[in-house]
Amino acid sequence: MKSELEQRTPAFGLISDVANTFSNDYARKLFAQTCFNHFFEFEVKKAYDRGLMKLPIYLSVGQEHIPAAIASVFADCLIFAQHRAHSVYLSFGGDPRQLIDELLSRPTGCARGMGGSASIHSPEIGMFGHSGLMGDQVPIAVGAALGAGKPVLTVMGDASAEEDYIYGALGFAVTKKLPVLFVCEDNDLSILTRTPVRRSWTLCGLAQGLGLPAVDITDDPWLIAHHVKQFSLQLPAVINIRTCRGLWHAGSGCDGPPEWDRFALIKDTMKMLGLERDALAIESDTERAVQNLWVEQLRKS
Amino acid sequence: MGRTVAEVIRDTTRHHLTHNHGLFLGQCVTAVGWIGGTVPAMSEAEGIVELSLADVTNAGIAVGAALAGRRPIYTVRYQGFMWYNAAPIVNYAAKSKDVWGVPCPVFLRAIAMEGNGIGPVASASQHGLIMRMPGMPVCAPMSPNEWTEAWNWFMRHDDPLYVSEHRRSFTIDYEFENRIEPEADITLFPISAARLNAVEAAKALRQEGIICNIQHLMWLKPFTVTDEMRGSLSRTKLGLVIDSDFEIGGPSRSMAYDLMHQSGAPVFALGLEDRSAGVAESLDNPTPTPERIVRVIRQLVRSGRNVPAGATIE
Repeated sequence: MKSELEQRTPAFGLISDVANTFSNDYARKLFAQTCFNHFFEFEVKKAYDRGLMKLPIYLSVGQEHIPAAIASVFADCLIFAQHRAHSVYLSFGGDPRQLIDELLSRPTGCARGMGGSASIHSPEIGMFGHSGLMGDQVPIAVGAALGAGKPVLTVMGDASAEEDYIYGALGFAVTKKLPVLFVCEDNDLSILTRTPVRRSWTLCGLAQGLGLPAVDITDDPWLIAHHVKQFSLQLPAVINIRTCRGLWHAGSGCDGPPEWDRFALIKDTMKMLGLERDALAIESDTERAVQNLWVEQLRKS
Repeated sequence: MGRTVAEVIRDTTRHHLTHNHGLFLGQCVTAVGWIGGTVPAMSEAEGIVELSLADVTNAGIAVGAALAGRRPIYTVRYQGFMWYNAAPIVNYAAKSKDVWGVPCPVFLRAIAMEGNGIGPVASASQHGLIMRMPGMPVCAPMSPNEWTEAWNWFMRHDDPLYVSEHRRSFTIDYEFENRIEPEADITLFPISAARLNAVEAAKALRQEGIICNIQHLMWLKPFTVTDEMRGSLSRTKLGLVIDSDFEIGGPSRSMAYDLMHQSGAPVFALGLEDRSAGVAESLDNPTPTPERIVRVIRQLVRSGRNVPAGATIE
């Protein structure tokens, strides 16, 4: 029998018909943001592969729909993420042009070239940069919730969740009842080392042991939105999302097909919702719009 | 008689929490003595936040509170614990403005103590740990006015500030005066609790005819070599920086280097020995004692000009 950590399927924790609990208009917007993130990341990959970027890049391909789902139901918050956060930035309204410039090391980038791919930020959307110390955004997010008294989102990976200060941060947040949503994008990989090799415990088990509400689910965006909506009324809370990193930890390489292709599954759900034609139109329109955006931005010196 | 350093810290903290929407964060704050009498007896609702014993997490929480605009006073009860606490401070608070243009003003009170069998981890000053990283000014106030100067600097700027306090300062209710004498043999540059010991050593040395100029150092980073320091060194042609932090790789040697280059006079360094402190009194590794300072100065004045600068003294 597989251990709890190894229970990774595209249906893990899925609630049947959860997509039907949201409106069609919601589905269109969710899919549009997912497509934007998706095609943006492939444009990054293209530019990187052409040698236009002289810095490490952390692409969210395969995970790009997660922040789209969170942002669709959890707004007006402070945001603390780490590397692989292009889609977080875009989903919450960060300026894509400034992100392109940042990846091109331009002074007009969102962090004036100081942050690169891993340390992007946007004061306009309440998103703070990441130092590069894995997981340190989590206690900082808790401190921000203490100081600001408003909802805070913090996003970590399954490896960052192992940093010792995550335990302290979860513990302090639940002790002081701070409005923090902890999200773990669990792609089961620390670079290439799988989670069961690194630990025997789950983040949700740890969180629940501390008294936080927590769920461990697959990365279906409607399912994510469902739980985020519920948890937003009882923060602090933890959501561990089993997902698949499509490309390398850093760079644009690929070690083969992912365990599941969520982008394709989302399109299946759109079809099931009777939105196949809408989805096709959204996908092609968005792809073209993102490509044009990149062409325009690359043309600038 | 003026207020003590502890009273100044307590009153300033109360004002910050009452009038500035500030926060005070620390461990075991309300325990015996309220951190040497430096914390006002206020509640959590009023801004005194008791943290758990998770040092790295706590420093991150302080950083987050600073990003949220609360200008937290974050207190580390034992400066040796900065080895845990340093990570979020030097990697985030100190870099935030440079990297993202987002200020992260944390007032970090790191308290040194020594003696009473406190042992190898909790004892000693550790300001050198922070000084070597960019983005965070460092000071070591020992008097009421100096602490106030540090606080006023913090409130006028949007940078984090590392304040290396020493428990021995808490009862001090007077100010330190630099000492300049025309016939002095050596210029001393003491830091933190070493200032108390240097003053005592200078008194003892005077009995045997060795005169010491004293330039008290409070701002460690940025460190400015003043005209007065240069003038004193040009006359004594010999200097000694004395610190409560470790000597090897520490602030005393770094500052001696600056002083030497800017004055042309040999300047030596004296700090904690390169060994772990033991709990037994005889095995402690404290701030250079007056007796140790006296021995070193005697040696330097009598033969020091022949000792290569940077050589281990004693």
